[in-house]
Amino acid sequence: MKMLLPRKLAAVSLLAAVSLVISGCTAGTDDSGGGASVAPAPSITDKTPVTVTMWSPWTGRELKQFNQIFAGFTAKYPWITVDSKGGIPDDKLIAGINSGKPPDIAISFGVDNIGKYCQTGAWQNLSSRIAGGDGIDLAKVFPPSALTYTSYKGQQCALPFLTDAFGIYMNDDQMKAAGITAPPKTLTELQDMAKKLTKFGPDGAITTAGFVPWFTYYCCAMTGVNMGNMFGAKWYGDDGKSAFASDPQWANLFKWQRQFVADVYGNGDAAAGTAKLKKFIAGSGDEFGCSQDFVRGRVAITIDGEWRNAYMKDCSVKFGYSTAAWPVPDDLPDRYGSGSAGGTVVGIPKGAVHADAAWLLLRFMTTDTATIVHMANNINNVPTTYDSAKSPQLTLPEQFKPFLDIYANPMSSWRPNTGIGDTDESVLGKLMDRWDNMSVQDGDLQSELQKAADQVNTALNEVSGP
Amino acid sequence: MTALESVPRREVTPQARRQHRKQMLTVLAFMSPWILGFLIFTLYPMISSLYFSFTRYDLLGKPKWVGLHNYQFMFTQDVDFWLSVRNTLWIVVVAIPIRVVFAILTAMLLVRANKAIKIYRTMFFLPSIAPAVAASLAFVFLLNPVYGPVNQLLSKLGVANPPLWFQDPNWSKPGLVLLGLWGIGDTMIIFLAGLLDVPRQLYEAADIEGAGGWQKFRYITLPMISPVIFFSVITGIIGSFQYFTEAFVTSSQVGGLGAPEGSLLFYATHLYDQGFQSFRMGYASALAWVLLVVTLIFTLLIFRGSKRFVFYQGGMFR
Repeated sequence: MKMLLPRKLAAVSLLAAVSLVISGCTAGTDDSGGGASVAPAPSITDKTPVTVTMWSPWTGRELKQFNQIFAGFTAKYPWITVDSKGGIPDDKLIAGINSGKPPDIAISFGVDNIGKYCQTGAWQNLSSRIAGGDGIDLAKVFPPSALTYTSYKGQQCALPFLTDAFGIYMNDDQMKAAGITAPPKTLTELQDMAKKLTKFGPDGAITTAGFVPWFTYYCCAMTGVNMGNMFGAKWYGDDGKSAFASDPQWANLFKWQRQFVADVYGNGDAAAGTAKLKKFIAGSGDEFGCSQDFVRGRVAITIDGEWRNAYMKDCSVKFGYSTAAWPVPDDLPDRYGSGSAGGTVVGIPKGAVHADAAWLLLRFMTTDTATIVHMANNINNVPTTYDSAKSPQLTLPEQFKPFLDIYANPMSSWRPNTGIGDTDESVLGKLMDRWDNMSVQDGDLQSELQKAADQVNTALNEVSGP
Repeated sequence: MTALESVPRREVTPQARRQHRKQMLTVLAFMSPWILGFLIFTLYPMISSLYFSFTRYDLLGKPKWVGLHNYQFMFTQDVDFWLSVRNTLWIVVVAIPIRVVFAILTAMLLVRANKAIKIYRTMFFLPSIAPAVAASLAFVFLLNPVYGPVNQLLSKLGVANPPLWFQDPNWSKPGLVLLGLWGIGDTMIIFLAGLLDVPRQLYEAADIEGAGGWQKFRYITLPMISPVIFFSVITGIIGSFQYFTEAFVTSSQVGGLGAPEGSLLFYATHLYDQGFQSFRMGYASALAWVLLVVTLIFTLLIFRGSKRFVFYQGGMFR
């Protein structure tokens, strides 16, 4: 009897603990989604003094610049004060939402998470507010690209607040020396220019690369998103399944890359070109510093985001440079001028106590021209509304202009939001990594694309099932 | 009737019982910070993660019970799972023996008494106190194929095509082994203590018997430090199954988690990716529990096998 008691006690304790865990885990959670209702919300009339809590990932100088925008807001809405906290990335935000004590309004750099936020209802569906009395005429305010990366299956769970846009940077001095006077508009032109701009040392090693067609070269150049947009490749078919294998543009992209490596760097031999490029890339400088390859003149043409302009200035580069939209496949000339666009997003988390006041702040900061221009000038990102992009108050360098155009181009986009975050891009990235290194042969490309598609489809099933 | 039963029972007075209870409460009061910490920060998360491992849980929605699905998915559908298992086993099988041998050799060099020995011992131990992130970043620089001093030295020595190290899937894990050997100090210091603890008279007796250097090492040193080797192997295996920081930092520097070509995707990095980047906390919990069980099995197997090769000088406590 004496021996049994501790066992019983242990069993009861374990049961109690498990029950506690189960009840604790489910407290405050709700997977009802972001709310499908699009009935227009009534105008907000309540002017009871309130403090809105704002969480953002910005820190230091950028947070200081960001906090300056609230003066204009409180002047317009004197009954609302803003309590802004910086340095809060998405994982902490998620923890806040999960604990039932989220901020009233949140900023995220994680554009890839929007699908997840919308699908789970972690961020509220703003559609009824947008259509309501204090709403926004989205089509008149934002370019289409901004609305794709802030929505999920028709739910507008976020709005853009500054963004990144991707195009090409060109070293004007090297271009001039090679007799090139205009940016490449097609991939054939890019290849020809790269050949003229590339220089080899006496040992055959690359000393200056015209263009590095390497998928895993730096974080933000030839990424799946950028290359998919360049080739107009679809991420998903009409059935909602991965289109890696079914859309031939993906295979075309991979084939183009290998042919480029062989032609420009390997004298027709892809393996030789790959070996040289691998060694060249191994000597790359810090992407977010003055030793970055384009900044120090090691690469003549590169794909990059608008933020590189700030590095060019901070690093006091000695050569002239210009920017443009990236070149497009020869058979898709209409796509010239487009690019990738996606960036910072703002939303109202589930459980926000002062959601109405938060909406007024969200609408103000995402649509007020002076606010967005202030942020664009200080953070050096692309301003997100049509009006702010045209503002004479913008003090950005002339090389910034092409990125404004890329963002406004109706064919620019990011990647469709899904409930699997960036898993699709990650799966594609792993294939790209193996393709770069020639671990995947030409004849295996289609089957490898199919495997990647299967992996994405499995991930999608994991989110919706079993 | 046994001897124990024949002992007359002592009467427990209410006063003695109260005294005993008071003593127990005092003990519990002193232990309570640890007990609370254990319940809140160890037992509760463990039970939670066990429960989550049977759910689909993305940190944002409600956990949904899926039974054994996560475990089934792990073994049948997750291609990265098997890749990470292979990479982790490589570290267990290759890196641990190299580390142990290198640590023993280093300790043997430092066991000899001379004036500067304390300086040498400190020098060899120092790298082990360097933070893993800083050490990993330093090795990314040292092993940079173009500018790194290691390859520059190899080139000067006439090596025509030195390795691309962390840029090459065939050389990335050996690069991590080198990083591990550089920070061998913590293991080395344990071996040093073990070596210094071997009774001198055993060597003297062996000298009288005419034993050579190898024989003394094989039949005296090795058995006498076998408990230390055993400890080192066990902790090494547990650490290797959880191998994370060095792999995470180096691969992030050369193209992203697991790069190049998945060669640095280890079990713990895959778990982190699933839990905190893909928000699949239910599946990550299942991965964590499989890791725990596998580590436990490995440890138990080695414990069972240890009877054959581990010699305890104070055998009475085995």
